[in-house]
Amino acid sequence: MQRLTIDPITRLEGHGKIEIFLDEDGNVANTYFQIPELRGFERFCVGRPVEEMPLLTNRICGVCPEAHHMAAAKAADAVYHVDPPPAAKKLRELLYSGFYFTDHTTHFYALGGPDFIMGPDAPVAERNILGVIHKVGLEIGGKVIQARKYGHTIVEMIGGRKVHPCTSIPGGLTKGITEEQRKEIEQMGRWGIEFAQFSIDLFNKIVLGNKAYVDLIIGDIYTHHTYYIGTVDEKNKVNFYDGKVSVVDPDGKRIGKYAANEYTEWIAEHVEPWTYLKFPYLKKIGWKGFVDGKDSGVYCATPLSRLNAADGMATPLAQEEYEKFYSTLGGKPVHQRLATHWARLIELLYAAERIVELATDPEITSPNFHTIPTEKPTEGVGIVEAPRGTLTHHYWTDERGVLTKVNLIVGTTNNYAPMSMSIKKAAEAFIKKGVVVNEGILNRVEMAFRPYDPCFGCATHSLPGQMPLQLTIRNAKGEVVEVVKRD
Amino acid sequence: MSENFEPVIIGFTCNWCSYRAADLAGTARVKYAPNVRLIRMMCSGRLDPTFVMKALSGGADGVLITGCHPGECHYIEQNYKALRRFILLKRTLTQMGIEPGRIKLVWASAAEGVRLAAEITKMVEEVRALGPLNWNSEQVSVSSNQSSVISDQSPTLITVH
Amino acid sequence: MSKPKFAMYWAASCGGCEIAVLNIHEKILDVDANFDVVFWPVAMDAKYKDVEAMDDESILLTLFNGGIRNDENEKMAKLMRRKSKILVSFGSCACEGCIPGLANFSNVDEIIDTAFHTLTTDNGSEFKLQTHYSVPEGEIHIPTLLPLLKTLDQVVKVDYYMPGCPPESHQIAAVIDLVIQVLQGKATLPSPGATIGVGNSTVCDECKRARNEKKIKYFTRIQLTHPDPALCLLEQGIPCNGPATRSGCGALCPAAGAQCIGCYGPAEGVMDYGSRLISSFASVIDGNTPEEIEKVIDGIADPAGQFYRFSLAGSLLRGSKTARS
Ligand code: SF4
Ligand code: SF4
Ligand code: SF4
Ligand code: FES
Repeated sequence: MQRLTIDPITRLEGHGKIEIFLDEDGNVANTYFQIPELRGFERFCVGRPVEEMPLLTNRICGVCPEAHHMAAAKAADAVYHVDPPPAAKKLRELLYSGFYFTDHTTHFYALGGPDFIMGPDAPVAERNILGVIHKVGLEIGGKVIQARKYGHTIVEMIGGRKVHPCTSIPGGLTKGITEEQRKEIEQMGRWGIEFAQFSIDLFNKIVLGNKAYVDLIIGDIYTHHTYYIGTVDEKNKVNFYDGKVSVVDPDGKRIGKYAANEYTEWIAEHVEPWTYLKFPYLKKIGWKGFVDGKDSGVYCATPLSRLNAADGMATPLAQEEYEKFYSTLGGKPVHQRLATHWARLIELLYAAERIVELATDPEITSPNFHTIPTEKPTEGVGIVEAPRGTLTHHYWTDERGVLTKVNLIVGTTNNYAPMSMSIKKAAEAFIKKGVVVNEGILNRVEMAFRPYDPCFGCATHSLPGQMPLQLTIRNAKGEVVEVVKRD
Repeated sequence: MSENFEPVIIGFTCNWCSYRAADLAGTARVKYAPNVRLIRMMCSGRLDPTFVMKALSGGADGVLITGCHPGECHYIEQNYKALRRFILLKRTLTQMGIEPGRIKLVWASAAEGVRLAAEITKMVEEVRALGPLNWNSEQVSVSSNQSSVISDQSPTLITVH
Repeated sequence: MSKPKFAMYWAASCGGCEIAVLNIHEKILDVDANFDVVFWPVAMDAKYKDVEAMDDESILLTLFNGGIRNDENEKMAKLMRRKSKILVSFGSCACEGCIPGLANFSNVDEIIDTAFHTLTTDNGSEFKLQTHYSVPEGEIHIPTLLPLLKTLDQVVKVDYYMPGCPPESHQIAAVIDLVIQVLQGKATLPSPGATIGVGNSTVCDECKRARNEKKIKYFTRIQLTHPDPALCLLEQGIPCNGPATRSGCGALCPAAGAQCIGCYGPAEGVMDYGSRLISSFASVIDGNTPEEIEKVIDGIADPAGQFYRFSLAGSLLRGSKTARS
């Protein structure tokens, strides 16, 4: 039996690898997507005071520390049964929208976008952000850098620090913002709306205007019929910071919505002995293995999932794009994984619109940003939508608010099973007897998991940026017969 | 645990009282267990928790700190400072899994040689019962960005086995 | 003439250190102009094999972030050491273990057992995680966790230390500037073993809050009070780690209303961070009898975590007794 090992670059030395076994005929027999690292947060957070959780769990991931900061703060609020004042919630959501804006920009321009803008068969040297800039103009490069900077600035203004924010505490925040800061944020938000619209136009022109791409998007290889989850507000519109988690089946029918403290009725995690990461699935449906369909509890939690699980977007411009998205792709739900890139841009627009909405809220500069908790701390769950999926923190404390137990279901983990399936399906489609495994094949396998924007900082990590692969082909004796590598 | 385990205890003693007490005990031929290596400090207030950490990580099975009775410190209030440090330190060490019996603070005046000897003997027995600490730190080397803190009073610490 | 070679690598890291380097924005271009970037997984192809094939000490400067959590991290640390002339321990994880180093309160079995027995984990079959596992098609493997998370300098010799979680971008930019000046002969390198990109005092010295040498009768928690924004947090009873923590960040957290949690690690001359902080806290406690003192420090919910939050792995004790069993 032949064997191919794909080590994503960032994981080449231990952060995630894909093993592909070929049968005697040279077809794919099976694939294993392994996560080789565990840092043990669920263990060592026990014994720590609950107010530190937004600071400790930050360090799970430097790509989405804001998501952990928020989920932890909300779980800590719940532990103390305290409802932060409206200004605090709005400030947290504003910080969070700034973060989404940066994160989605990075993903589209540096990671996911190049496949489309440059084409999946473009030379590697061009299939990156620099190639994108060359193709669409230098001016865009400047805009992308600006967009990232603006998002970070908002995070720093409210969160106190650039990478690991420090201001969310049980009951609210340690600081508010001034009128000058508010104005600045509003301006950045307005610029952000234009930038997001521009990005959507770019996608329309380059991708939707090209039949080959549209065929690739709607084709079968990158399609999986799974359940979808995503957080929605009372009107069932997408929300990143708060609401209930909506669950829809592969036909797009909503089978329920759960509040944070009901998550255990809905989500369970399957384990395999060969990987440090677990495979979440819908408990009510059950774990049936790595398979599609209504009987399989496998679900997906991505920008695409959030759109599928909601009835629309809460802001007007994003709503227009939402409608266009589904009318173009033939109605809800959309199962084609590559459409996730498009969904992400719609969320980018929503994030920018939301920044402006919140920055113009008369309450946002209120000095009332913290409520002192008065009740005994006990147990609490906090959920936010991380860019890479629904993020759940669940804490139990003693009466001093010191952690006695912790459960975390982090963003990327949600998609571990569907990602494994996508990889297998792409491998089966492209790696066949007689086909020379070359760099283009590598990229097509890679394209299968790129829409999920896998960030194993949560599990382990993999940063926005190019993620080339190495693929080692071994014969039945385990000898290396070929190495395909991208430079 | 081996039957002939002889605990090693590092004693940080104040020069003005307990070190003299121990000295006195020695001259008066009062017997106290030979397991304690005494390190003289000018005052218990000189006790840096780092010394204790270093002693434990370097192989000591217990640490004894002694000073003048409250109100009798030659530097007025320094032994209260020592007490505050000691209590914080002990709580920390307990969380690290180090049994409270391994860390002791004893007040003893220069005249209390006999009592001090008894305290020492008692502690040695207590630590003997707890067994070796065996803090296997692999090596005691510390990041080179940090200059040495252990001062002149404590060269013996480094060679404790 | 070929440019000197630059590398950056992450072991068990959250990726925040890499983000901090990318956040130096246009300064990145200086790196590009002055160095040949040969290995940097976040920004370019890994070329692990290529690193192995390089001559020893052929990389002039390597920034290494992340702690040493498993055998593969350890292997990479040794490889990068061999290939680099200057190895910088970059970020709190590499320097002193950081938050992931709190794992050294537990042993590896407890860590794995906890992860695989959470409330939502469906582990009916009670399997044991296996680093080498036989699937029907063959054997697959994942790295083995080390008993204790180690700092970089516990594994290999380190030339410079650059603490912070992550190091502030302006400090990173300053260090890169310095190295470029050294290359141009306009400056000299700091003495080996130095801590770079930092200040040489404490966060308190950089903090704008007023201190009055006030003693406290109780400790409180940040969520249980509305502290005076102009006064020292510690003197208001909030356990702030400023007094033992190295300056360099500009006292960001106290400026944002939050206590310093100690991410820049031990101040200059401090051998054991927690020991220093114990002394600092002891000096603000108002109380002379054991009872009074005990009562004040009952307010510190988690002393060992408070004192060793970022530096447990790099401390003299390195971890708890359980972690060693
Ligand atoms: S030092 Fe902090 S920012 Fe850097 S890798 Fe470690 S946790 Fe992340
Ligand atoms: S203890 Fe904290 S708040 Fe007080 S001066 Fe130091 S850093 Fe500032
Ligand atoms: S104030 Fe303390 S915790 Fe905050 S950035 Fe500075 S050193 Fe780190
Ligand atoms: S002089 Fe003896 S304790 Fe201060």
